[in-house]
Amino acid sequence: MSEDMNRRDAMGIAFGACAAVGGVFALAGMKKAWDPLPSVYAAGTTTVDTTKAEVNVMYTEKWRGKPIFILKKSPEMVKNSSKAEIARDIVIGEYSYLVCIGLCTHLGCIPSYAPKTEDFLCACHGAQYNRSGINTKAPAPLPMLIPPFKVNGTTLVLGEAGPEYEKMKAAGVLGNIPVDPKA
Amino acid sequence: MRELKILAVVLFFTGVIYYGVEPYAHAQMHKHVEGTEFKYENLKEVEKGNASNGEQLVMSNCTACHAISAKGMTAPMDAVMSAATYGVNPPDLSNVGSIFDAKYLAAFIANPAKAANVSHKFVGGKSHPMPSYNWMQPAEIADMVAFLQSIAKHDLTPKEVFTDACGRCHANRYDNKVMGEKWTQIGQKPKFKYEKDSLAFDIKVIEYQDSLIKYMGKLPPDLSMIIRARGHHFLETFIENPQSQLAGTAMPAVGLTEESFEKVMQHLENIGDPSKPTRDSMGVWFLLYLAVFTIFAVLWKKSVWKKLH
Amino acid sequence: MAHFDETAKPFSEQWLDDRLGVRTLRRVLAEEYWIPKDINFLWAMGMILAVTFGILIITGIFLVMYYKPDTVLAFDSVNYTIMQEVGYGWLFRHMHGVAASVVFLLIYIHMFTGIYYGSYKQGREMIWISGMLLFVTFSAEAFSGYMLPWGQMSYWAGMVITNLFSLGSLEMNGIVEWIRGDYVPGDAYLTRFFMLHVFLLPLVIIGVIVLHFGSLRIPHVNNQEGEIIDFDEEATKYLSGNTKDAKIIRFQWDFLSKDFMVMAFFLIFFFYLVFYHYDFAMDPVNFDPADGLKTPAHIYPEWYFLWSYEILRPFSKDIGLMAFGFSQVIFMLLPFLDRSPNAIPAHKRGIFFIWFWALLIDMIVLSVMGKVPPEGSFTTIGLVAALTFIGLWVILPIITKFEKKA
Repeated sequence: MSEDMNRRDAMGIAFGACAAVGGVFALAGMKKAWDPLPSVYAAGTTTVDTTKAEVNVMYTEKWRGKPIFILKKSPEMVKNSSKAEIARDIVIGEYSYLVCIGLCTHLGCIPSYAPKTEDFLCACHGAQYNRSGINTKAPAPLPMLIPPFKVNGTTLVLGEAGPEYEKMKAAGVLGNIPVDPKA
Repeated sequence: MRELKILAVVLFFTGVIYYGVEPYAHAQMHKHVEGTEFKYENLKEVEKGNASNGEQLVMSNCTACHAISAKGMTAPMDAVMSAATYGVNPPDLSNVGSIFDAKYLAAFIANPAKAANVSHKFVGGKSHPMPSYNWMQPAEIADMVAFLQSIAKHDLTPKEVFTDACGRCHANRYDNKVMGEKWTQIGQKPKFKYEKDSLAFDIKVIEYQDSLIKYMGKLPPDLSMIIRARGHHFLETFIENPQSQLAGTAMPAVGLTEESFEKVMQHLENIGDPSKPTRDSMGVWFLLYLAVFTIFAVLWKKSVWKKLH
Repeated sequence: MAHFDETAKPFSEQWLDDRLGVRTLRRVLAEEYWIPKDINFLWAMGMILAVTFGILIITGIFLVMYYKPDTVLAFDSVNYTIMQEVGYGWLFRHMHGVAASVVFLLIYIHMFTGIYYGSYKQGREMIWISGMLLFVTFSAEAFSGYMLPWGQMSYWAGMVITNLFSLGSLEMNGIVEWIRGDYVPGDAYLTRFFMLHVFLLPLVIIGVIVLHFGSLRIPHVNNQEGEIIDFDEEATKYLSGNTKDAKIIRFQWDFLSKDFMVMAFFLIFFFYLVFYHYDFAMDPVNFDPADGLKTPAHIYPEWYFLWSYEILRPFSKDIGLMAFGFSQVIFMLLPFLDRSPNAIPAHKRGIFFIWFWALLIDMIVLSVMGKVPPEGSFTTIGLVAALTFIGLWVILPIITKFEKKA
């Protein structure tokens, strides 16, 4: 009798295990249905043509739903830049550019650029950044983040990590760790 | 055993209702049409022609309307203006020699409306936008066909065949890299940065389609889901001779070779039912797993019921 | 204040039993929910229906994540986004479409099993009525769901069926416009049927299922011979260890193990259809986008509505509507039209046995006639079958009144 019971329990557990295997595959399939669609990944890069950009005029592009600040710097601006600023400059053609995600690193508002004073002010809580996007006044905790980018001649491709991006990443100037603006 | 008898009864009546409602009813609704597998038996044979003589004839007779990019000849007008003038954009002749059947090409050059089975459209003074060349000697037409065959590429992709054979009348919105960059009758819609440019392109497509509607009577349908809406057999017989399935239709007999037809089918499958290969292979694994699952279920049931019988 | 065992470890069986009565629940709903032993695999249809309904809900959840209820976006959201972009979207869509069709095969098998074995009388009337209510709500759910892909069949079936509500010569076109929210099936129509299909009807179905299960508990499940079982006596036999002679089995795991076995065979059949043979459930006509200016050459409802459709067709407008209304309601009245007290299988009930097969064959004939074009001999056969259907129900009280008591 108890032999029957053990066989019954064993068969039941075996059946349950088989069902569980199917269940795991079903859950894996359901997980895939939640994944971002291919069209989302296809739209993951934005190409920017910089040939018409003017000096000290802030342009806003869109990348992955986020605003991207593109600021073309004049040679004087570059001459007066600190080492920390130069480290964050992206050279496209003959000019240096600031390219960063235009979201304040405090709580995500979009700062505005003042060309006269060459700095950014975030209206939400008074944070400030210099012309290289490095935070200069609290409550901004970090510089504005530089997105993955690649330079092809005069074209800037956002969303692809080129060699210049990798160099900046290694140097720790992207904005994920604090940067001293005067360094 | 009684349960097997009951199962047999259930399966029998399920089978009867399935048969009546599906194969039988559908046979009543759509009488079976047989194609001839693109043999074009009613068309005259074409003798082997002289391609270099054909080149002269083609260059002097055809390039006023047709582009031949293989020979560096561009289209005399852009697609929208061509459609406004002729009703439809005349095709580029580079690959017609391999896409279309030689007998059909000869018959078409001689009398386009007749070869395409659309003579019924051109009555009451209306004429086919392409003139008939039946004033030429059959040998000259054979030369032209030989030339077109000599410049044609032979390993075209399914999409290339579709583009030449179908794409000037039929849109294919699912043929895109992302939604929106779709195949239109004037070509693949590019990715535009500015909405204004995108809308300008859409307007051009609409203008082209308006010309098509005037010429065809109604807009040829977008073919994105046609492979599932009509199925392989219907499309085979329809494309070979549209009148056999939809009498009176404005769609011309296309004149595809069997090989080109298979490529068009492949393209339509790629666009309209790309999951089919996965479906076919995954089904095997699913059913194998369920067979194992069933064995476990039977064994467990038997062990539970041992004490009950 | 109930008694609490304060030494019980939190979330242990004792702890849960003190707070939720889990031991009683398990005894009443599972281990000592007694089911007769003399049953066949048809008794598993209820469980298979529950599993299929579960498949519909889970696949439906994933479909509704990507479906767009908008006449411009709907077709492509299904046939492009879900079928081509979403990971395994094609599988969820195929499972949902095939399950929606197969669930009616199961419902009809389940229904006719109940009719055959007399499981609609002698205390089981509420089970039957709640079951027929489920048939009606599932029909509404299927109809509303079919609208959603917004193909040619969606549009024209919607047009035809909502036109029925003008009630023939009464010409209540205002009602038809009110149902649609527009002069023709359009955006308002699509979004409200989306609401019905995704929210309201599933809630109603779940509620009626609870009623259906609840109404089963007291009369207990029927058995193959219609034998009236003393469940207490048999329970004592079973619990004392005499499981071989007891006429009953436990719901958990005796009945359930057989249910799962039948379900396993069913799943092979179901998934074979999902992968390889689905045109009967996903009609090609619906892969043409809806076009209000072009009627397809052949419009027909899904197979499970064909018998009703054919009862409507052969008659003139008003008579047809009346016959149609009759056919929808008449099954509900079965417990009261059957005048015989015998709750036994049909093969023991003389003429009722013939009546049963006549009804089944008649409904199959009606279904096939409902699909074929209404031409020639098909219309005659359809008319005869429709009249037979009405006739069968009219004579039911008469033949059962004269049935010998078993």
